[in-house]
Amino acid sequence: MQYLIDQFADAIRMAAGRNAALHIRGGGTKDFYGNRMIKCGKPASVTHGSHDESEVNILDVASYAGVVDYEPTELVITACSGTRLADLEAELFKHGQMLAFEPPRFGSGATLGGCIATGLSGPRRASAGAARDFVLGVRMLDGKGDDLSFGGQVMKNVAGYDVSRLMTGSMGTLGVLLEVSLKVLPTPATELTLRFRMREAEAIEAMNKWAGKPLPISATCFCDGELTVRLSGAQPAVRAAHARLGGDEITGGGAFWESIREQTHLFFQGEKGGREDKGHNGDKGDKGDKETKGNTPNKDLWRLSIKSTTSPLVLPGKQLIEWGGALRWLIIDAADTDAEAVRSAVRQAASDAGGHAMLFRSDGPRTDVFHPLAPAMMKISRHLKEKFDPKGIFNPGRMYPQI
Amino acid sequence: MNSFELAARLRTVLPSNSVLHDTEDLKPYECDGLSAYRQLPMIVALPQTEEEVVEVLRICHASKTPVVARGAGTGLSGGALPHPKGVLLSLAKLKRILKIDPFARTAQVQPGVRNLAISEAAAPYGLYYAPDPSSQIACSIGGNVAENSGGVHCLKYGLTVHNILKLRVITIDGEILEVGGEGLDAPGYDLLALMTGSEGMLGVVTEVTVKLTPRPEKAQVVMAAFNDIRKAGNAVANVIAAGIIPAGMEMMDKITTQAVEEYVHAGYNLDAAAILLCESDGTTEEVAEEIERIGAIMNRSGATEIKASRDEAERLRFWAGRKAAFPAAGRVSPDYYCMDGTIPRKRLADVLSGIEALSSKYGLRCMNVFHAGDGNLHPLILYDANRPGELALAEEFGAQILQMCIKAGGTITGEHGVGIEKIDQMCSQFEASELEIFHAIKAAFDPEELLNPGKAVPALRRCAEHGAMHVHRGEEKFPELPRF
Repeated sequence: MQYLIDQFADAIRMAAGRNAALHIRGGGTKDFYGNRMIKCGKPASVTHGSHDESEVNILDVASYAGVVDYEPTELVITACSGTRLADLEAELFKHGQMLAFEPPRFGSGATLGGCIATGLSGPRRASAGAARDFVLGVRMLDGKGDDLSFGGQVMKNVAGYDVSRLMTGSMGTLGVLLEVSLKVLPTPATELTLRFRMREAEAIEAMNKWAGKPLPISATCFCDGELTVRLSGAQPAVRAAHARLGGDEITGGGAFWESIREQTHLFFQGEKGGREDKGHNGDKGDKGDKETKGNTPNKDLWRLSIKSTTSPLVLPGKQLIEWGGALRWLIIDAADTDAEAVRSAVRQAASDAGGHAMLFRSDGPRTDVFHPLAPAMMKISRHLKEKFDPKGIFNPGRMYPQI
Repeated sequence: MNSFELAARLRTVLPSNSVLHDTEDLKPYECDGLSAYRQLPMIVALPQTEEEVVEVLRICHASKTPVVARGAGTGLSGGALPHPKGVLLSLAKLKRILKIDPFARTAQVQPGVRNLAISEAAAPYGLYYAPDPSSQIACSIGGNVAENSGGVHCLKYGLTVHNILKLRVITIDGEILEVGGEGLDAPGYDLLALMTGSEGMLGVVTEVTVKLTPRPEKAQVVMAAFNDIRKAGNAVANVIAAGIIPAGMEMMDKITTQAVEEYVHAGYNLDAAAILLCESDGTTEEVAEEIERIGAIMNRSGATEIKASRDEAERLRFWAGRKAAFPAAGRVSPDYYCMDGTIPRKRLADVLSGIEALSSKYGLRCMNVFHAGDGNLHPLILYDANRPGELALAEEFGAQILQMCIKAGGTITGEHGVGIEKIDQMCSQFEASELEIFHAIKAAFDPEELLNPGKAVPALRRCAEHGAMHVHRGEEKFPELPRF
């Protein structure tokens, strides 16, 4: 496998020598995410410094795949970045373990590298932690093509700066991930999904109140007047919590959470809300192993990550709430609204709620999808980018035009 | 600018009694928890507000004066060791709890607030701050952020980096960074993670927003004795393999058990080669089931004695021994040197027998306490600083242990930080190209290297002079050569 690393390093040095952009790509399932990807050989709206825009190469890392080391009793797995998430999770499942942050795949080709580069986490995030919380170490290539390792395969490690977590969610702008070590956790002995009829404000109140109690809540979702709650853990704990919370136990809970994680739930398809999608919420919602279609044209999907106790947000469109109130999805008809007015209203609402908003999916131009950074933060970010990637070749503009 | 001029400048922005310049006033700041290293600073500055911190940093930046930030001074790696030509910036006066938000489960505090004080303030709401380093009575949250402190419960509840949401950070040029946010993530690079554990090299933290965790309904601990350290290590693996994540899992070797038993009378088995403490927390029902399972696993793993705490008093007594390991070392020996390596747990028996061999080689006793759940080993090397040469021997012994941890696939520091103490071992753990990245990160924040210079990341020149052997991915360079 060293020959692949040598090939990647050669590609990096060649691109650096010619100031040519290099787009790092695994399974390509998250091409929709971030500022618009410049397609090979075709210049797009994103420009970066003095790049020759006609020269954009894709660095395909999907071939660098496989589990490097897995010791279930150490709770650590190390795998190559091209490893498919599905394969990784299947391997863990054999040993009764899981990626506790439930990364969304958005397609069967999704890889570990893309998962860490985007840093996205699923329904269990509020209780278990995010992708970055489980990253223990990385092996990577920087902008000079140097093969570097940071962190390690142990739970606690404070030697040197935490480059592994810095790489998580950096959208491939700092280097090429080669291998990632992750902390894994046992799958819960029991899971149970409950449903409550509630108004939005009541649901936000309930989720925050419950989160302050020692209850085994592992996921929450509010949509269309229904609060869905997942309990995970030892059977006696789950039973006791059910007795305490009440609510109706639903069948097909696993499929429901999969549809939230993979955004195959009707909400994300941008279809009309209301009671008609009730059946879908239940046992018919499993599209998890099929490719995600993305939302229907002319719908913008916004992701607002905010303080969990924020009252219902008054914004156009329709909302779905996750993470105990800390994550609000907003789907808006892009066609019949003033895009700029919506954008600034959404950004303002998120800032006011102590958080940030990103345009998660859009068929529009997809520039400036991430929340703007304060000038002092952008200055530091640019410095970091210049240090890791002096020629600015890695995914230029994908995160911010300046980096 | 000489020290008198600088003191005068600082007194223009701080009250006169917040700038210390006389040798006798500087004395209390000459070391942190690693007292083998001592150095008087030129000046101590004690700002009381964020604005004062900004002003102090601006003055230091303008006059190119090194700045070493200090919290409670309990650190064990010399991270807060003063610079002879620098300002020691104590954050001890920024000690207000600004806000507890029980509904959102957060606390907004200044950096000088003690770790335990946060949990005490949150207690009326049934909440607490989860990371609990052994120094939690005294250590400050700002210092915890600088070191990414852990504790005995971090396998289940995480380290500092997992339990903070937001920081206010002042850069060396006096700019304010708001890092993280009130949501669960923030846009851009994860500077919250980068700042955590950065040992005061990148900026000065003036405010921390931490997550609070609901206090579990119940906690209970199983104490198991083993006649063989290998069996104890296997017992830990068997607990994990059964799908249990204990709230805490600690191991002590025989010499430690004997030292602490004499001190706290916890009721430990004195003949055991290893004592394992395994805690379960959660709802009453959950704990009852888990404790039963843990007991059965210990039994199957060959424990010679198993006791589950019958009440809260007994639980605390079982823990008292483990928590008293450091003071007990201080009782049985005039001095001790605490190491902090982390290893993959499966290598425990090998590393412990390696330590035993080194112990006879150097003629120094060593007590071993181990955060068994997460592989973090704290060998306490016992020595007498009054005997000529013994400190140097202890340090050499310690350095050998760290080399062994790197070779076992681990790291030189799990939670105490590199500071000044392990700066040479950094040359062994990292390649020059990796150290260059660390220097580049430092330069992105502090190009003139004024913040805590000489700590955490060794200059490449130092590594060359030190001649450290780089051990990479378990492979030594020149493996054919014998090493002692």
